Formats: sequence, structure tokens, C-alpha cells
Amino acid sequence: MTKIQITGVSKAFGNGAPALAAIDLDVEAREFVCLLGPSGCGKSTLLNIVAGFLEPTTGRVLVDGAPVTGPGADRGVVFQEYVLFPWLTVAGNVEFGLTLQGVAGDERRRTAERYLDLVGLRAHAEKFPVQLSGGMKQRVAIARALANSPSIILMDEPFGALDAQTREVLQEELSRIQRVEHKTIVFVTHSIREAVYLADRVVVMTSAPGRIKQIFDIKLPDVRDRFAPEFTQYESEITRVVKEEVAKVRE
Amino acid sequence: MASGSSFLSTVPQLMEWGLRGPKPSSSRAMRLKIGAVLGFLALWSIVSTAVVVLKLFNPIFFPGPWVVAGALVTLAMKGQLWGHIGATLERVALGFSTGALLAIGLGLPSGHFRVVRNIVEPVVELLRPIPPLAMLPLFLVWIGIGETSKVGFITYATFFPMFLTTVHAVGQMDPLLVRAAQSLGARPSQLFFRVILPAALPDMLTGLRLGIALSFFVIVISEFIGAEQGLGFLINDGRSFFLVPQMLGAAALLGLFGYAGNALVRLAERRLLRWQHP
Repeated sequence: MTKIQITGVSKAFGNGAPALAAIDLDVEAREFVCLLGPSGCGKSTLLNIVAGFLEPTTGRVLVDGAPVTGPGADRGVVFQEYVLFPWLTVAGNVEFGLTLQGVAGDERRRTAERYLDLVGLRAHAEKFPVQLSGGMKQRVAIARALANSPSIILMDEPFGALDAQTREVLQEELSRIQRVEHKTIVFVTHSIREAVYLADRVVVMTSAPGRIKQIFDIKLPDVRDRFAPEFTQYESEITRVVKEEVAKVRE
Repeated sequence: MASGSSFLSTVPQLMEWGLRGPKPSSSRAMRLKIGAVLGFLALWSIVSTAVVVLKLFNPIFFPGPWVVAGALVTLAMKGQLWGHIGATLERVALGFSTGALLAIGLGLPSGHFRVVRNIVEPVVELLRPIPPLAMLPLFLVWIGIGETSKVGFITYATFFPMFLTTVHAVGQMDPLLVRAAQSLGARPSQLFFRVILPAALPDMLTGLRLGIALSFFVIVISEFIGAEQGLGFLINDGRSFFLVPQMLGAAALLGLFGYAGNALVRLAERRLLRWQHP
């Protein structure tokens, strides 16, 4: 079943130079899609259009057959900068979406506990965001998105600000969470390893204006081994395609 | 941080120690502060006594602190003081809170919606450079000498700094917070009360402190003109009858209440902004 249908989406900003040119992409329900490309290729712009933060210049985005007109609770967003509400505790952040819906306190707490357990932060529920490390903040942001039970989660370079070790740990956690939660995920990254580790499909984009260059189906087991020969095979194949693009930008 | 001990565990603490010597403990700092106030009162007493002893000029112009305190006690015993204090505090409370409500009520939407800002800001920017005191006689002409003009004048004068800090506070907030809340399903009203208001609160509280200080600043002057009660009236009344102790006493009370108002907002800050330094 098609969950997200992107048809002829382009975006030009004020200066007139198009950032995105005619993107067509369908994302299936429960699919994990990575948008991959050099910086400035418009992958974040595309994600922001799906989130409803930006309007496309042409084309349209359908979610479950209905056009996207703005941000909504059906599409959870995880940002690179975490964007927690600093005045709320960890639990308060995770409960935020449910509070907005007017869910009763007991049920809110139970849901928050469940998702804090899932990201391993139950013990930190009463802390404030300033007391957390970057990795912990991003775990809270993921729990906050999940607790609101959206069918889609949009992630904009969520691990980009983390150190390499934390980043790999969070990739493993996200992959484990996806095996439990089965969300439709669109994940923007410029890390090829990250994309191959997480995605069912990797969409490689060209830069200026952003187009889809090539789509790779990653046929690897759910639990992936970064050192398996098949994994490295995908990695080098995609690297070759991405390098062509980076070289073009340089010229 | 281990306050009260001389243990230096961080680089900034060590540098502070190297530059300024060991940090005085908080009880010692408090003793110093109280000592400074007592020293000031002592100096005042000495000078006013010297005026009497050396017959420098008529001591009625420069009464000592105990004479000032005595004047206040006399006024209190006669039962007049409470009415004056009450009148001033009531005007400040009403005028300030109306000003704060207006400033926040207009400032939050002005900070968030460009359209609202483009309508409200030019008017504010036109009126703001006019010293509020220049408008006081107009208030008297328009509204009359009664309570409404005094309360209204405080509202008018305090509105500007509080409005501008509120607009600035909203402008400073991370716009991604709004996006995050929207994708969690926040409706516009929820966005205001649950995201924009708490995000702007720290800077808004600074504006409120400015507002309180300004309230006491302008109430005195509006009580100079056509009031029968209030601390400002006491000062002006003292001038007419050469009651210098009464003038100084009322001024000291204004100072104390201004200090208390500031302390109150600081207390609120510490409770409301606990998340900044948990």
C-alpha cells in the first residue's frame, strides 16, 4: 500500500534557482526510505515539504491519498537539533503530543513510560533537557515522536550532530525500534553507511537542482552486520554513484 | 559547586580564585551587605549630627535616619500612613498588571505574526520615543484627576518596555520549537499557550522587572499632581510644609517597595525558570 505519494514536486526559493526539480517518489507503508545526497541537494527541502513546513512550488504530496496542507500529528518529525521543549521534563516532552490531544494523565504517563523504556531513558524521566547529553536528547525526541503514534516518522539528519560512537548506537536502537513499531520512515542523511544500515530503499539525489539519480533496494536481513561482504558491496556501489555527484558540484 | 568551602574543582573556580582571592562564603557576603547598609546609616547619622552640633545650617533640612523613622512612626500611629501606602500600592498593582496584560497580549501575537507586527509596531515606535511624563498632563486633561488617570498613566508608561521585550522574546525563540509542536498536533491556541509563551517567558520576565521599576518611577509624579493620598502626595505635601523627614520617609518606603517588587519577580523567575538551572 502506498503511504506517501510524491508527484512532480519541485521547489524554488526566492532567488529563483530551483532547489528541487520534479521529484516523483512513492513510499510504501512500513517502509524505511533514506534520502541520500551531497549537502545542498534538496533532501531536507523534500522532507520539509512532506512534513508540511514548506509548500512545493509545483506538484503535490499525498499521504494516505489526501493532500498535505500543513504539519500534522500523522507525521512525526525528528530534527537534527533535537528541538526538545526545554521547560518540560523528559516525561513532559514525551507526553506533549498526548497532552495536546487531551489524553488523561494516567494514560499519558503509561504511554510515556513505555516509550522511555523503549529508548532506555526510564530512569531519566524527571530530568530537564539541559541535563542530558546529545545522544540522550535525540532518544527523547524519538520517544516523543513515537508516543504520539504517528503512522509516518520524518527524520532530518537526526544523528548528524552526534559523535561517531553514539551515532552507531542510535542507529542500532532505531533499527530495533523499527522492528517493533513498523512505522513508515523517511530518513535524510549524507552518511552512506547509515543509509545502508537502516534503509529498505536508498534514494540517491543529485544536487542543484535536486533530482532522484538512482534508487537502491537494500536486500539485507533486518538485523544488519556492518562488516558483512554484502553490506560493503552496497556501500561501495552507492559511494561510486554519490561520488559522481560530489565531483559535479566541484566543477 | 561546593559553596562555603574553599575547595577548587573547576578551572573557572581556580581562575576566579587566582584573580580575586578565595570567594567569600555566602554568609560572609550577607554580613558584608548588611554591614554596608548599617555603615551608610551610620554615616548619614554622623553627618546629620554634625549639622546640629556645628550649626552648619538649619538641621530641619537634613534630619538623621532616626528622625525620618520617627516621622513615619508618627504617621503610622495617627493611622494616616497605611492609607497612603495602600493608595500607591493599589495604583501600581492595577496599572502595572493592566500594562503587563496588554503588553503580553499584544506582544505575543506581534512577535509571532508578521501582519500583526506590521500594524502594531509603527504605532508603538511613534509613541515610544515620547517621554511618558510628557503625556501626563494630557492624561489629566482627558481622564481627569481621579484614580483612572493615575492607573492609566502607569499602564501607558509601563506598556512600552514590556511590549518590546515580549516581541523581542518571541523573535529570539527557536522557530523549530513551533514546527516540533505543530507536527505533534498543536492547534494555534495551544501553540501560543504551550510553546510560545513558555519559550518567551525568560526574556518577558526581564521586561516585567523593568515595568515594576518604571511603575514606581511614574506613580510618584502623578501623585504630585492632584492627589489626596499616596506616597508621592506625602512627598509633595512635605515640600509645601517643610516636612523633610516625611519627604525622606516616603522616598525610603518607595525604595523598599520597588526593591520588594523586584525581589518578587526574581522569586517567580527562580520558580518558573527552574528548568534553566535544575
